[in-house]
Amino acid sequence: MPADADATPVRDEREHARKVFRAMLEARQLETKLSSMYKAGKIVGGVYLGKGQEAVSASLGGGLNWGTDVFAPLIRDQAGRSAFGEDMLDCTRTYLGSSLGPMHGRDGNIHRGRPKEGLLAMISHLGASVPVVAGVLLSRRLQGKLDGVVGATCIGDGGTSTGAFHEGLNAAAVERLPMVVVVANNQFAYSTPNDRQFACGDLLDRAVGYGVEGSSVDGTDFLDCLRVIGGAIDRARSGAGPQMVVARLLRLSGHGEHDDASYVPDKLRAGGLGRDCMQVAAAQMIETGYATEGEISDWQTEVEDAVQLAIATAQQEPPPDPWKERWDARSTKLSMVTEA
Amino acid sequence: MSITYVDAIREAQDKLLRDDPRVFLYGQDISRFGGAFKATKGLAEAYPGRVLDSPISEDAMIGMAIGASLDGMRPIVEMQFADFSSVAFNQIVNQAGTHFYRTGVPVPITVRLPSGGTPGSGPFHSQSMEAIYSHYPGLVVVTPATVSDAYHMLLQAVEVDDPVIYCEHKFLYRWLKANSINGDGLPIGKARITRPGKHASIVTYSAMVHEAVRAADRLQEESGWEIEVVDLRTVKPLDMDTVLASVARTGRLLALGEAFPWGGVTAEVASRVAAEGFHLLDAPPKRFNSRDTPVPYHPKLWAAHRPTPESICVAMRELLSY
Repeated sequence: MPADADATPVRDEREHARKVFRAMLEARQLETKLSSMYKAGKIVGGVYLGKGQEAVSASLGGGLNWGTDVFAPLIRDQAGRSAFGEDMLDCTRTYLGSSLGPMHGRDGNIHRGRPKEGLLAMISHLGASVPVVAGVLLSRRLQGKLDGVVGATCIGDGGTSTGAFHEGLNAAAVERLPMVVVVANNQFAYSTPNDRQFACGDLLDRAVGYGVEGSSVDGTDFLDCLRVIGGAIDRARSGAGPQMVVARLLRLSGHGEHDDASYVPDKLRAGGLGRDCMQVAAAQMIETGYATEGEISDWQTEVEDAVQLAIATAQQEPPPDPWKERWDARSTKLSMVTEA
Repeated sequence: MSITYVDAIREAQDKLLRDDPRVFLYGQDISRFGGAFKATKGLAEAYPGRVLDSPISEDAMIGMAIGASLDGMRPIVEMQFADFSSVAFNQIVNQAGTHFYRTGVPVPITVRLPSGGTPGSGPFHSQSMEAIYSHYPGLVVVTPATVSDAYHMLLQAVEVDDPVIYCEHKFLYRWLKANSINGDGLPIGKARITRPGKHASIVTYSAMVHEAVRAADRLQEESGWEIEVVDLRTVKPLDMDTVLASVARTGRLLALGEAFPWGGVTAEVASRVAAEGFHLLDAPPKRFNSRDTPVPYHPKLWAAHRPTPESICVAMRELLSY
């Protein structure tokens, strides 16, 4: 830890763990429900689960401040979105095609965002968010508003092979921006295993190459994630420059719910990486005394109710209407011109 | 005192930096070096911290500009050469181009593309990318052909809330001079009648406006033909009102461009005039572009690759003799 880390206010560890854990529960319940609705043919497009990656994702989102920090989640970051403070309705409305959602039916599922509030809307092109987060931070610096701000984004092992990831991280490092990039190394980029994805010994080697401080974490270990990812956020916030965290874990679902992930060997599933971070987290919450079994059970019930309500609400809302759609890709009306 | 096209681009950026604290410049070698074409000369010294050298990383340059624009800034990115924007293609068309439609939040970035060919530049320093970007929804694509337009349209581009692809022509940088910058300029999106005429219309943009005017002067001198030249100024959106009004006056269309012939701006103009103004035409609409090969290196090959006043005259005579 750098010397000036002392200046960072010490978070209440217990309260923080409870908040992050609840976000994990929320994401798991929400996504389980969305998955069953997808399989019942009630959702258009794909459903992409963060199952097995919640501890990593929520530790990042939960360490950021809604309204001041910037977060660019990726495919498997429902838990991070929940922990950051995204309204659950944004998710159900987008998946279920409500016109009242943040994307108004114009884009689906995981692409949603509220850019004005610091939750960036992803595009499907991996790595593309890295420079965009860096750009927000550069803007804050130019406006003299960078102090105490963090920008964060997630990527998978496959996404680290893209040029956008390299260019964005390199540029952020050159500018020494307070950016945290969390790499969820879930062993497979869709179906392609690590040994067909990169040839460096450890993805952390990439951080060295960029001049970025890197750390590793066991992505199945909730407390480890809170500590390591929280530490990276604190260091970035206190001026130590970009941080990269590589989390070892296994995706406990297919790439999307259309994919049975039959390419994942049973041996890998049965090993340490195949642990379910949710079960580990629950046990750790109880062990540390951060929560009792009864509390966790109550939370689960509360979250289930909240998920049911969000889905019921979105289901009753009107779908987008092609006749009322503005069909305008630009916000600007160029005056004096009949647009063609 | 005269001002060149590239001076006008520099002056516009100077004014923008002076008047608007949201503006900053980002690009390769643009800071103390002043840019590969000196379009930012002296600006880093005048506006410390607001003219930033970027790594060689076109994707990240546009991505960062997008992020900064979402945070309230008005970045201008210099691409060094339009050709290199292919590396940033994803950020331009997928991130910037889709953002407003998807989220309701516009992306007010300006991307300066030093476009078009100059003798000896070869295949990777000569391309015209305006058609590529026009194809994608969400972008405004401008192609200033005069010193005054270079100045005013850059000021306007930064004011537009959406991404603007500003295609400046390298051949015009120092070749084109004006005594001063005129007035406030026409708005983005409006075409201009550069040279009035009554026998045929050449609809074109950027450096080809000047080649078209030379061809028209020659045809008038030699044969008395009066050729109207329409400068589109903005290729997306197209000002079809002005184009169709010109074709209504002349009955004949030559859509002229320096870009490759397949698809593109001239194809768009010709097909729209055919579809919307068929009754106005006395001859089939004609297109004339560069040849369908990469842009060649040797000046002799280059000069024969793109339309010239001579070759435009040949195309016009065919059109006029129909």
